[in-house]
Amino acid sequence: MTIIFVLIPLGLVLTLLAVWALFWAIGAGQFDDLDSPGWAVLRDDERRDRE
Amino acid sequence: MTAHAPACFHCGLPVPQGVAVRVRIEGIEREVCCHGCEAAALVIDAAGLADYYAWRTTSAPRPAPDSDDQWAAFDRDDATRGFGRIGARTTVNLLLEGVRCSACGWLIEQRLLQLPGVTSVTMNPATARARIEFEGIALSSILRAIAALGYRPHVLGAADTLEVATRERRLALKRLGVAGFGMMQVMMIAVAFYAADGAGMSPVIREYLRLISLLITVPVALYAGLPFYIGALRALAARRLSMDVPVTLGVLLAFAASTVNTFRGTGQVYFDSVTMFLFLLLLGRYLEMLARHRAASTAEALARLLPQLARKVTPDGELQLPLAALAAGDTVRVAVGEAFPADGRLLGADALADESLLTGESAPVVKRSGDGVIGGTINLRAPAIVTLTSLGDSTVLAGIVRLLERASTERPARARLADRMAAQFVAFVLLAAVATALSWLYLDPARAFAATLAVLVVSCPCALSLATPVAVTAAMAALARRGILVTRADALEALALADVVLLDKTGTLTVGRPQITAVATRLPFTANECLGLAAGLERSSGHPLGHAFEAFEAAVVTELEVTAGAGVEGRVGKVRYRIGHADFVAELAGPRPVDFAEDGVHLGRPGQWLARFALEDRPRAGARAALRVLREAGLATEIVSGDHAAPVAALAAVLGIERHAARLTPADKLARVRALQHAGARVVVVGDGINDAPCLRAADVSIAIGSGSALAQANADLIIPGSDLRVIATAVATARRTRTIIRENLLWAGSYNLVSLSLAACGLVPPWLAAVGMSASSLLVVANALRLSRTGAPVAPAAPPGEAMLAGVAG
Repeated sequence: MTIIFVLIPLGLVLTLLAVWALFWAIGAGQFDDLDSPGWAVLRDDERRDRE
Repeated sequence: MTAHAPACFHCGLPVPQGVAVRVRIEGIEREVCCHGCEAAALVIDAAGLADYYAWRTTSAPRPAPDSDDQWAAFDRDDATRGFGRIGARTTVNLLLEGVRCSACGWLIEQRLLQLPGVTSVTMNPATARARIEFEGIALSSILRAIAALGYRPHVLGAADTLEVATRERRLALKRLGVAGFGMMQVMMIAVAFYAADGAGMSPVIREYLRLISLLITVPVALYAGLPFYIGALRALAARRLSMDVPVTLGVLLAFAASTVNTFRGTGQVYFDSVTMFLFLLLLGRYLEMLARHRAASTAEALARLLPQLARKVTPDGELQLPLAALAAGDTVRVAVGEAFPADGRLLGADALADESLLTGESAPVVKRSGDGVIGGTINLRAPAIVTLTSLGDSTVLAGIVRLLERASTERPARARLADRMAAQFVAFVLLAAVATALSWLYLDPARAFAATLAVLVVSCPCALSLATPVAVTAAMAALARRGILVTRADALEALALADVVLLDKTGTLTVGRPQITAVATRLPFTANECLGLAAGLERSSGHPLGHAFEAFEAAVVTELEVTAGAGVEGRVGKVRYRIGHADFVAELAGPRPVDFAEDGVHLGRPGQWLARFALEDRPRAGARAALRVLREAGLATEIVSGDHAAPVAALAAVLGIERHAARLTPADKLARVRALQHAGARVVVVGDGINDAPCLRAADVSIAIGSGSALAQANADLIIPGSDLRVIATAVATARRTRTIIRENLLWAGSYNLVSLSLAACGLVPPWLAAVGMSASSLLVVANALRLSRTGAPVAPAAPPGEAMLAGVAG
């Protein structure tokens, strides 16, 4: 079971990374508008098809 | 009558009979209701953005007829003073009236990016805000492009209250994230403890896992839990008890005990309870905050807007300028029904100001020459000339807005009651916790701490405190999405209990854009002369009937004075003229000639009758359906109008209203409201905001419908910036559902707390279960309230197919 002395700290590092990523995403405004970016993808595709 | 009219392709309103405006969009002929919509549709099609019609989920706003080009005023250099600037690049924040779905946002974004010089557009449809960066293009061109699409831009400048909300939301999300990650990690380790249950785990690994749990819990307890500790300290400093107190006590006690036990190597640890408790509490608060922000953003922004433009009086005539370009000492002219742009001093003739917005005083205040007027209050009687004394942050209004900001967390009366109850309950819980601790210390000291902790955690009256505000905010958000802005939280409760709906006619039941159907004149006056005089007199009257004359070249009129509910008097050259009701004109012109019918709008001068204009106004979209639904909901409907008996009776017949009263002065309307209230009824008054001000204020619930800045200043409980009356029925239905849900919530939270408290005190609830139970209870209350945000189609039972289709288009 000594492996958990390596694996759990490793898990903690990954968690820290995840928290850092979340903070970055929040700070970059990724969560400010959850509706329109989803639509934007569809619309961009449509336009390219037509041109 | 609206049932079979085709819907306008652009704005979704029914196309009036006899109007044949067609527009070719992507090669297909479409019918639209007016030339404004035609222009907007053409602009969209010409820009290659017709996709908008396929993507949108609600209909477009109907473009307002732009009589004069007001946007040019924004090109002056001083107009953009205070905007963000880097080199030649300017950044501006706009609030866009009429943005209702994400397709609107896309449309505006795409259209603006086509303009040469616009470098970036960030549009958030949820808040109707746009942030635009531009270089080498006039701001007026941007504003004009937006207005041509049918949206109304408001320039917010560089600072925006919304940023505060965004910061708050981001911080809350970070705390929630930390608590969430922490909870998951700790829980994972806790599962190992539960599985081993003391046996089969070597002491070294046990110590190690506890240490790791502690490590993860530290940021959760110290960072994520911070708002609760601050709230508790604040409450204690004010010598009050809030629900933050037992939360803080529970979390800190459990955390401290667990930490001590971890280092001692014996006893229980509660890291799982601490992290889960904080995470679930934060989740509840986050949802509540989202609902609050959504409901508040648009309503607040609109209600706080001063007029964007003011007419500055200069030696060379009048100049339309944006507010930012004005300075103290400037002289401005304020039309009737408009708000004063800033604090100032009245010059010239007396004026009547409505200061209810600031003082709560419902009677208009007479201002004499030299008196101070307050920015944001409304000029009621005659056009006023004002010298500005202070602008911007130093005005009275700015001070009030700062107060409002603090009070924007205003809680409805019922919630305040629940808060008081919660405070008493908290005191009771703390006593119960002490009692539990003492009795268990006597009976079985080993279980004392766990039982006390369970009492503290399980009985947190969060659910009780959340029950009302979360339901009200969810309802407000749901209504805001349907175009109803609730400005007073208590209004929903009053609306749910209402019995009678009084409706004004002109501008409320009707569109308020009457057309002239016939002009009868007395020789030697020609119809054109009379129309010109009428246009001049009505130009700044603010009355909906005045719009009918907008199209005609106005005569120059001075000394304008408006008598509410009667008409306008003014001077052209040396002669005084009056326009309005027959009786009002008769006071000046003598007995009415027999060939002039009593109804309609009359024009006269001393001893002489000039003309009678017959006007016709069409009912609003869905008026009939709306009234039917209101009646089916058990509400009595009644028309109170200042108009003549014949048109009122005709409209009442069309709309199926039995009770109607015509020729009422504002005082009569007020008396009617009072009489109904005296008889025990709760009265809803629906009006257009300006002409019904006293009556709106006396009502239990006031609803203002219409458009423009007057509406924003109307100070009604509910504001409907659209044109569809059916949303009133939706509002009533939502208010009633809100009331039901609040009662369910209070009942649930109250009984849960009592039962769980007794169980916990008996030591039957371990702390982790207490955390789950309490949080589940709060989440249940929040989830129950959030059902309100999913309010389905507007309540329109058994609508004929035609109307149902229209509802689909407009809804």
